[in-house]
Amino acid sequence: MSRSMLTAFLAGLVFGVGLILSGMVNPAKVLAFLDLAGPWDPSLALVMGGAIAVALPAFLFLNRRTQTVFAEPLHLPTRQDIDARLILGSLGFGVGWGLAGFCPGPALVAVGALKTEALVFVIAMLGGMGIFELIERRSKVSKKA
Amino acid sequence: MSIDWSAFTPYSALAGGALIGLAAALLALLNGRIAGIAGIIGGALNPKSGEVGWRLAFILGLLLAPAAWLLVSSLPEVRIDASYPMLILAGLVVGISTRYGAGCTSGHGVCGISRLSPRSIIATVAFMATGFLTVFVIRHLIGS
Repeated sequence: MSRSMLTAFLAGLVFGVGLILSGMVNPAKVLAFLDLAGPWDPSLALVMGGAIAVALPAFLFLNRRTQTVFAEPLHLPTRQDIDARLILGSLGFGVGWGLAGFCPGPALVAVGALKTEALVFVIAMLGGMGIFELIERRSKVSKKA
Repeated sequence: MSIDWSAFTPYSALAGGALIGLAAALLALLNGRIAGIAGIIGGALNPKSGEVGWRLAFILGLLLAPAAWLLVSSLPEVRIDASYPMLILAGLVVGISTRYGAGCTSGHGVCGISRLSPRSIIATVAFMATGFLTVFVIRHLIGS
């Protein structure tokens, strides 16, 4: 296993433990946060707050650099434009999130907790990503023609 | 709006969030990568040389997190009320739209906002809005 795989594995493990501790892996809690008109559970706003409080200084530090701490290139996004794809895709993601209370990270962790429902969601999600790839390739081919 | 104080878990939410932020910081500082789960999975499905290994390692870390947790304590409740057809529909919609919108809760909501990216701030406002709206429609318009 290379160093980049080892550090990515550790980051994934810490990320997953954080998701479990935060309550994000429990769809019932996610839906209780998204249900503003019901008995509202505001906890998940603090998850995002806690995450940003720790990640923001790290990204500020990286803003002044062009390399990782191992002197390898950064692969951070540079786009600034707001396009229709970004907005429509994000609007659609919110609908899918609200339907079952799963987003991609917590769903993978729930698969690791051997939840059959999560596995069904993840297989459908991979199918959706595959459909996206097919649409993208087809539109690239038709643009060339 | 009424707040359900009995369900409110501020300390575990903040501590869990801090760990998520730490993981995002680690992946950025050590690998130079954004911890956006949808992007990491999508990139693993569309392989380029040298791009797949770290992605699969990160995903393996996520999958093994419950096992690591079980070494210390029992897992907290994971309650899934959605039916199988609903889970399939939700998965398809999440899969297509996170790739279309270039991110999900982690990539836009945590990393993007931490990078003060205007794209991610707008994306997060958009998916939070339709998340709230979808649950309102399902629970209070259709469900009632």
